[in-house]
Amino acid sequence: MKFSRLALASVLSAVLLAACGKDDGDTIIIATGAPITGEYAAFGEQMKSGAEQAVKDINAAGGVLGKKLKLEIADDQCDPKQAVAVANQLVNKKVKFVAGHFCSGSSIPASDVYNAENILMISPASTNPKFTERGLAGVFRVCGRDDQQGEVAGNFIADKFKGARVAVVHDKQAYSKGLADETLKQLGKRGVAVALTDTVTPKEKDYSALVTKLKAANIDILFYGGYHSEAGLIIRQMREQGLKTRLIGGDALVTQEFWTITGPLGEGTLMTFSPDPRKNPIAAPVVQKLQAAGKSAEGYTLYTYGAVQVFVEAVKRVGAVDVAKLRDLLKKEKFQTVLGEVSFDSKGDVKAPGYVFYEWKNGKYDYTAM
Amino acid sequence: MAYFLQQLINGLTLGAVYGLIAIGYTMVYGIIGMINFAHGEIYMIGAFICMIAFAVLGFMGIASVPMALLVVLLLAIILTAAYGWTVERIAYRPLRGSFRLAPLISAIGMSIFLQNYVQLLQGARVKAMEPVISGGFVLMRDGSFQVTLSYLQLMIMSVTVVLMAGFTTVIHRTPLGRAQRACEQDQKMAALSGIDVDRTISLTFVLGAGLAAVAGVMNTLYYGVIDFFIGFLVGLKAFTAAVLGGIGSLPGAMLGGLMIGLIEAFWAAYFDAAYKDVAAFSVLVLVLIFRPSGLLGRPKVEKV
Repeated sequence: MKFSRLALASVLSAVLLAACGKDDGDTIIIATGAPITGEYAAFGEQMKSGAEQAVKDINAAGGVLGKKLKLEIADDQCDPKQAVAVANQLVNKKVKFVAGHFCSGSSIPASDVYNAENILMISPASTNPKFTERGLAGVFRVCGRDDQQGEVAGNFIADKFKGARVAVVHDKQAYSKGLADETLKQLGKRGVAVALTDTVTPKEKDYSALVTKLKAANIDILFYGGYHSEAGLIIRQMREQGLKTRLIGGDALVTQEFWTITGPLGEGTLMTFSPDPRKNPIAAPVVQKLQAAGKSAEGYTLYTYGAVQVFVEAVKRVGAVDVAKLRDLLKKEKFQTVLGEVSFDSKGDVKAPGYVFYEWKNGKYDYTAM
Repeated sequence: MAYFLQQLINGLTLGAVYGLIAIGYTMVYGIIGMINFAHGEIYMIGAFICMIAFAVLGFMGIASVPMALLVVLLLAIILTAAYGWTVERIAYRPLRGSFRLAPLISAIGMSIFLQNYVQLLQGARVKAMEPVISGGFVLMRDGSFQVTLSYLQLMIMSVTVVLMAGFTTVIHRTPLGRAQRACEQDQKMAALSGIDVDRTISLTFVLGAGLAAVAGVMNTLYYGVIDFFIGFLVGLKAFTAAVLGGIGSLPGAMLGGLMIGLIEAFWAAYFDAAYKDVAAFSVLVLVLIFRPSGLLGRPKVEKV
C-alpha cells in the first residue's frame, strides 16, 4: 500500500514535470526584477520601460536565433526577502536571463538564487561592490561600482568645497551604506575632516531631528547615501528650517521624481552618475521611440535596454541559450549597445567610463558646470 | 539650549500628529474593546483626499490659501469620515456579538484591502505636492543657530490643542459623549436605558476618522509626500502611543503620542538616529512592565 502510494506520487510528479518542461519551443523567456511598487517604483518604471522597449525592438527585428523574446516583470519592492521570492518564481518560469535587480540589497540575495539555477544575471543598476565580489560566475553589471562612485564623490568634495563642513548620512540599506562608506574612505584619504556622520530610517517622512542636528553642526555639504525619496524629503525639511546646506548624492537620485518631491528647493543638488547614455548618438533612435511612446529615457532606462542587448548579442554569437558558454563569452568579447561599446572584466564588472557629476537645475539634471 | 528647543519643537509636531491618530484607536477600543487596525489606512485615505482636493482646487484656479485650506480640510474630514463609517458598517457591525477575534481579523483584512484599493486607484508611485504654506518665525538666535518655528508646525500644534479641547468637551458635556461613556461601561444596560448603541458606535468611528483626516491633511501639508503605504508606519506608531498612554483613555492617547514624538526627536538629537524606534519601543516595554494598563489607563475591574 505504502509502496503503491509512493509510485503513484512519483508518476504524478513526473507528469507534472513533463507538463512544465513542455513550453519554450519558440520563445526565450527573460525577465527584469525591479521595484515596480513601493517607494522606489520610479526606478522600477525606468527598468520596465527599458526592458520592454528592448524586447519590442529585438522581436521586431526578427528575434534571436529564430525565437521571440518573452519578458517577465518581477516586482521585488526593493525588499531583500521579496527579491529572493521573485527570483524563485522566475526560476519556475524557466527564465534564462534576468536584467536586474535595481537595489543592491535585492540584487545580492537574488544573485545567489540565479547563480545556483544557472540563470544569467546582468544588473543595470546595482552598484554595491559586494554584488560582483563574491565570485559568482553568471553575475554581471553594466553600471559602475560604489567604490568608484565614492572615490569620485570624495575627490569632488575635497577639490570643490575646500574648508566646507561636511556631513555623511546614509539610510543603512546595502547600496546606501556601501556608497557612504566608500565616500568616507576617500574623504579620509584626502584629509577632509567629516564633522558629522549619522543614519536615518528609510521610508519615514520625518527627518526634522536630523536636520536640526545638521543645523547645529553648521554643515555646508551633506553627502547622502540613499534614494531619491528620502533625499527629497531631507532637502525640503532643511529648507523649512532655514538651512542652505547643499545635498550631494549618488546615482539613486537620477529620476524626475526627485524634482517632483523637492520642486525648486532641489536646485543645485549634486549627484554622481555614469556619463549620460541619452547623449550617445547610437542611443538616439531608442530615446526617440521611448519619447514617442510617452516614456522617458532617464536614469537606468537605457542601462536596462543595454543589458538585454548584451544578452541577445551573446546568444547570437554562441548560437544557443547555453548559460555556461554565455558567461565565458561575456568576459571575453565586446558588445555594441545603446550604452556604447560594453565589455566586462573577470569579476563581471563593466569596463566603463566611470562616474561624473550632475547637477539638478530648473527641474532637469545635467553635467555640472562646477 | 537653542538646540534643545528646536528638537522640542520637532518632537511636539511629530507627537501631535501621532496623538491625533492615537485618539481614533483609543476611542474605538474604549467603546467596543477592539483594535481598529484599519485606522492607519483611514489616515492614509485622508492624506490622499487632501492631495486630490488641492490638485482639483489648483485646477479650478482657487488661489487664496486660507480659503483652499478650509475647503480641503472640510472635504477631507467629510469624505474620510464616510470611509470610517463604511468600514464600521461593512466589516465590524455584522461581527458584533461573535467571538472576540473575528472583528480583529476583519480589521486586518480591511487594512490590506484599503491599501490595495488606493494602490490600484492612485498607482504605487510616490505623490508629491509643492509646499503650500512656507516660512515661519525665528524664535531665538544662538550664534549662527536659529530656532525656527514654521507656520505649519504652529498650525499643527494649535489645531491639535483645539481638537483635543473640543473632544474632551464632547465626551464630558454632550448627550453623545454621555451615550459613548454609557456604551463603554455596559452596552446592554445602555441599550436598555434607551441609547441607540449601533448609532453611538458608528459616530465614534466617524469622529475617529475625522481626526485621522485632519492628521492626514496636516502631514500632507507638512511633508508634501504621500504614498499608499504611509498608513502602516504611522498607524503602528499611533497605536503604540495609544497603548503607552493607556488604551481607552483620551488624554492618555494624546500624552502617549507626544511622548513617542519627543522620544524619537530627542533620541535622534543626542544619540544615533538609527536606534530611535528602539528607544521608543523600549520605553513602551518599561511602562507596560510597571503599569500594565498604560500611563493614564485605568485597570479593568473584573465584575463579579
